[in-house]
Amino acid sequence: MATFFGEVVVAPSRAGLDEEEEAREETPEDREIRREIEKKRYGRRGRLGLEIGEREIDVLWSCAQEPLVCSRFIVAIGRNAAAFLSSFILDSVCWEVVGVVKLWNEWCRTSSTTNVLPTDSFCLFYRLIADPTVLLCQCSCYVAEDQQFQWLEKVFGSMQKKGLQVTILSTCPVADYKTQESTLTLVSPFLKALKTKEFQEQVCCPLLEQPNIVRDLPAA
Amino acid sequence: MFIPCDRGGGSAVPDFKGFTLLMPAVSVGNVGQLAIDLVISTLDMTKVGYFYTDCLVPMVGNNPYATAEENSVELSINAEVYSLPSKKLVVLQIRSPFIKNKYRPFCETLLSWVKSSKCARVVLLSSSHAYQRDDEQLLGTPLRYLLTPDLEKAVGGRMKELNWKEMEKVAAYPGISNTDKVLHIPGGGITKLLFTESCSEGIQMAVLLKFCSEGDNIPDAFVLVNYLNEWLQLIKSEVSTSNNSTDPSSQWKIPSSWRLLFGNGLPPALF
Repeated sequence: MATFFGEVVVAPSRAGLDEEEEAREETPEDREIRREIEKKRYGRRGRLGLEIGEREIDVLWSCAQEPLVCSRFIVAIGRNAAAFLSSFILDSVCWEVVGVVKLWNEWCRTSSTTNVLPTDSFCLFYRLIADPTVLLCQCSCYVAEDQQFQWLEKVFGSMQKKGLQVTILSTCPVADYKTQESTLTLVSPFLKALKTKEFQEQVCCPLLEQPNIVRDLPAA
Repeated sequence: MFIPCDRGGGSAVPDFKGFTLLMPAVSVGNVGQLAIDLVISTLDMTKVGYFYTDCLVPMVGNNPYATAEENSVELSINAEVYSLPSKKLVVLQIRSPFIKNKYRPFCETLLSWVKSSKCARVVLLSSSHAYQRDDEQLLGTPLRYLLTPDLEKAVGGRMKELNWKEMEKVAAYPGISNTDKVLHIPGGGITKLLFTESCSEGIQMAVLLKFCSEGDNIPDAFVLVNYLNEWLQLIKSEVSTSNNSTDPSSQWKIPSSWRLLFGNGLPPALF
């Protein structure tokens, strides 16, 4: 691939990272350096002297009852979706904070505090006081791809599912939407949905057409 | 790892004993994955389950092989399994890249699933960077194959009849003449790892790959799937009466999700 200045650059492959990098022959010094870097990035000793990966997620629940019984779980992923819940749904009268996710990655760090500003990166869980089986999650922080599965297992793992219905709210740029016409002429914002076949209720908007896809935490 | 679909009669695990597992490597140009899409779409294969794995970037969308309103709303995720019992064929489609450091765990889990489900053999469709070819590889066919020793005994002769070319080994240190020859598949993703693991674990595996570059890889996918068809005969290649040649390209059905591969329509105001 050549740029217009005649400079040749290595084109990244759509296929992702090349496994060949990991298969290269290493000298003992290379191995030692790599081990030290990985220890710094992925492992440190915690309070109990156990190895804790820096990329591990902690889900901290404030209520005594665990597992939480849940019949409705609404998850807002990303700043826009989190702001939507803050503006239209959440208030301190009807909802109480019951949990927080503590994580770190190259893009953000969340803490265990529940007193957050809208501009902070956070991931909080709320429960409807009138019906404690209704849970809500505001996740404005970015959950890295190697943490998404962990988030999923730890959050859903602490729930006792009772006819559970999950609703996921998220946003994507209009420019990413694939359609026959140009996105310039599309009336935006607009809603699209994906649903499992078990979801029998009426969906409030059209379904997402092929070849559009959803990725990352909402997909997980 | 493998979760069977609930098809109404309870989720009994489908039986893949003696089946051929066809799967792609996520590799340059995504050629293997495109070729698998053509196989699933043309043979109208039924989804029988998926892989629950933390090794691939999550993604979800609606049925990529939809042909009508009715079948367009089934969800589809990053690693799904399709089957066609009449041809003893089971196909794995992988739709997203691997997460860093997860190549090896995925390969190990996959091969252990292959053994536990008693698949007879694995056929891996892959590709390799065209710009890394040496002078000899620049000439002739861009298609190559590899067979593990166990499969070599069974089908090595067939490859010779088909006049196929085996993937060449290259010098471990180019430029130095008396070095060992090693297998090198640049841009092949997990191909080399899966192949070497299969060799050491006695799994019958064939790798079919094409040299290519990133770009419009649809023609590469057709070439690779026709190459596969020369051996496995998944579809009949009809002889075209107009030019008396055998060109099965027109018999592969392009899935509906291949629309808009290179972006949306243009705004009229541009002109």
